Amino acid sequence: MAKLNLNRVPMPRQDPIVRGKNFKEVALGYGKEEAQKEANRCIQCPRHPCKGGCPVGVDIPEFIKALREDNMPEAARILKGKNSLPGICGRVCPQETQCENVCTLGKKGAPIAIGRLERYVADWERTNKGNVGSKGSASSQKTSPSSSKTGAKRVAVVGSGPAGLTAAADLAKLGYSVTIFEALHVAGGVLMYGIPEFRLPKEIVQAEVDYIKSLGAELKLDSVVGKIDTVDELLSNGYDAVFIGTGAGLPMFLDLPGENLCGIYSANEFLTRTVLMKGYLYPEYDTPVEIGKQVAIVGGGNVAMDAARCSLRLGADKVYVVYRRSEAEMPARREEIENAKEEGIIFKFLTNPLGFLANGHGWVNAMECIQMELGEPDKSGRCRPIPKEGSEFLLPVDTVIVALGNNPNPLIPKTSIGLETGKRGTITADEDTGKTKKPKVWAGGDIVTGAATVISAMGAGRKAAASIDKFLRGEDKSWI
Amino acid sequence: MYRILLREDLAPNIHRFKIDAPTIARKAEPGQFVIVRVDDKGERIPLTIADWDRDVGSITIVFNQVGKTTNKLAALKAGDSIENVAGPLGLPVAIENFGNVACVVGGYGAATILPIVRALKEAGNIVTSIIRAPSKETLFGEARLGEYSDKIMVVTGDTSNEYHGFVFEPLRELLKKEKFDLVITMAPTCVMRLVSLTTKPFKVKTIASLNPIMVDGTGMCGCCRVIIDGVTKFACVDGPVFDAQEVAWDMLMTRRCTYSGETSPELRYQCYKCAQW
Ligand SMILES: Cc1cc2nc3c(=O)[nH]c(=O)nc-3n(C[C@H](O)[C@H](O)[C@H](O)COP(=O)(O)OP(=O)(O)OC[C@H]3O[C@@H](n4cnc5c(N)ncnc54)[C@H](O)[C@@H]3O)c2cc1C
Ligand SMILES: Cc1cc2nc3c(=O)[nH]c(=O)nc-3n(C[C@H](O)[C@H](O)[C@H](O)COP(=O)(O)OP(=O)(O)OC[C@H]3O[C@@H](n4cnc5c(N)ncnc54)[C@H](O)[C@@H]3O)c2cc1C
Ligand code: SF4
Ligand code: FES
Repeated sequence: MAKLNLNRVPMPRQDPIVRGKNFKEVALGYGKEEAQKEANRCIQCPRHPCKGGCPVGVDIPEFIKALREDNMPEAARILKGKNSLPGICGRVCPQETQCENVCTLGKKGAPIAIGRLERYVADWERTNKGNVGSKGSASSQKTSPSSSKTGAKRVAVVGSGPAGLTAAADLAKLGYSVTIFEALHVAGGVLMYGIPEFRLPKEIVQAEVDYIKSLGAELKLDSVVGKIDTVDELLSNGYDAVFIGTGAGLPMFLDLPGENLCGIYSANEFLTRTVLMKGYLYPEYDTPVEIGKQVAIVGGGNVAMDAARCSLRLGADKVYVVYRRSEAEMPARREEIENAKEEGIIFKFLTNPLGFLANGHGWVNAMECIQMELGEPDKSGRCRPIPKEGSEFLLPVDTVIVALGNNPNPLIPKTSIGLETGKRGTITADEDTGKTKKPKVWAGGDIVTGAATVISAMGAGRKAAASIDKFLRGEDKSWI
Repeated sequence: MYRILLREDLAPNIHRFKIDAPTIARKAEPGQFVIVRVDDKGERIPLTIADWDRDVGSITIVFNQVGKTTNKLAALKAGDSIENVAGPLGLPVAIENFGNVACVVGGYGAATILPIVRALKEAGNIVTSIIRAPSKETLFGEARLGEYSDKIMVVTGDTSNEYHGFVFEPLRELLKKEKFDLVITMAPTCVMRLVSLTTKPFKVKTIASLNPIMVDGTGMCGCCRVIIDGVTKFACVDGPVFDAQEVAWDMLMTRRCTYSGETSPELRYQCYKCAQW
């Protein structure tokens, strides 16, 4: 083996000035040579901590090995064995806090760029469908040892975000008859309505959805469970089990004076208009999205970064991210903060909004702010921001996007009998099985944890699918 | 895809579609709405469920051609399909025997209030309907409304009817003459606002079906937020029907004009040539 190479192969990206004006993918992905070179850095260490760092336990060293042996179908097979959405995870997972964070090479230098390799393999598989096409792999993976038994059983999956899609894929592979109910007109959840095209091309999400359909899962769009059938009705109308993966889709607002003026959006509305409805292609697409010249985003997470970078691409002159703590406390992924900075987003740290002022026509034209300083760390370990007296100032803005985060949508808990919920409206479910307090009902993803990550939602979908399978086979007769 | 089973043109620019949508028909209740997306590039717009047939599995919508999406809809004929129809959304109107009820309708409301009026009638209420249209030619819906009303008053902007002008004067006279237990209004925003002002001195409970701009219609975006009694609500999940006296009308009307650009009215009370018609 060659000597340790401690530097990663860089990922080609679009130039910041150019990409600030288009919605095309920012990170362009490795080519074959780059992928091989990066894969060759992996020392295939016997302890392979990377596997444990992955919430779904992808066989990382194995797929990397196949990749460098140029056995791409095998690399794809290994990857998909544990992760049914690799093209998505390779792009949006916070690898720096997961698998890459514990990679052995990270002790001496840069950890293996596992995410980039994952993306490379997934993209290879998608563009080489002929060889190991989704259909081919679907039938070969359909391991239905007693499909006559499982095939008769029906499972309803509510919500088609990463949690629901993963559960549906696993259950379909096991031979169950799966129906996915999705409220919106497309499947994918936040992957379709939240995360922008330039981070996650929608074509990739739909390819994954098609793959899951090819496994035999039926997809019912425009279907708001609780408004059409309730969970109880699904159970009494012939479904043997229900998995709830309805996410955290209820936007939080600041509750400040003037928040309902025109020009003030929740990040969900702004991103739904821009990403899901393709407002950036208005008027070719019918849904408009109004963007001003000076835009303020309130918040510091991934959602805020996405809203800021979309604003810039829609033509705003100045885009501010207003965050009440300092840069170090920002919950957004480092990579996305760097991307945003490169593109020219202006960060106003230690700043908190107090209210919004209107022009004469009911449109916002300024945001009143106050400067903050950091006090003692609070229970979460983050320093508590305290307002600095007399530091109020006006920030002239004509669009404000409130990106404070989301709570679970209360519709399902409200319309289901006996479903227990936690403080913030999350559904209570067992961490290892996804079982809720309601017999024959499982839940997972953001609806259980509150806003979290794509991969944790997938992990929850996977665990629930396994538990549902056990239950429907009669191997597990207990309820919590 | 949702097939259009029947198309009827009720008045200039007002059309009624019967749509094949069994899942929605099975659950629809008075006052609920659907979100419609005409085609692959379409916007999601809310339309009230104007009727349903649970046996046939169809729902009815009635819409006013006012812009891009409703024009696209109007270009469709029976046999064509609509890409997406999601529903039933929103909370149904709570129906009980209130006693004496007045329904004030205009615009698409003249047709879309039907399920509410029918349910009120079936619950034993005495129903008086006041329906308005700008002229004789643009009047529609009065016959079907009349079937479920004990009394119907037709108001037109021209002099072709007993009552002319706006609905407010006849409504005021009615409230002076009789005691009402409930007034319900489904009409252009400015009309509903003025109805609430008209009924206020009579202290009669007045409810209105609000029409803010919506996107998802499931409580996910907050675009449809309205202020009711000082508290922010999402009309798509908490409404769309609210106590008209508690609505912050200024905010609703301004936000409805978010995308109307140059057609946005200078005077926010203005009903005439207003972008909100
Ligand atoms: C803008 C944004 C950027 C993000 N960026 C990242 C990132 O870079 N990396 C990362 O790991 N995570 C990111 N996240 C978080 C991640 O997207 C979520 O944690 C993940 O999508 C949760 O998956 P889920 O399946 O639980 O729910 P969701 O993805 O929210 O999907 C839930 C689905 O259920 C549907 N639904 C809801 N109610 C009903 C009902 N009653 N009937 C039928 N269907 C219903 C919804 O329409 C939706 O499609 C981001 C989130 C946002 C909003
Ligand atoms: C709960 C509810 C029920 C409704 N029921 C009916 C009905 O039964 N029949 C009917 O004709 N109309 C109804 N409307 C109004 C209807 O949704 C709008 O007329 C329609 O969206 C206009 O779209 P457009 O593209 O044709 O016109 P546009 O040119 O886009 O808009 C014309 C006006 O319609 C309003 N509007 C635009 N987009 C939306 C939107 N996405 N959501 C709500 N309002 C919007 C705006 O105030 C705008 O000024 C209802 C609205 C709501 C909220
Ligand atoms: S921890 Fe790093 S070096 Fe070890 S096997 Fe995993 S990716 Fe390779
Ligand atoms: S329309 Fe999005 S929350 Fe009501």
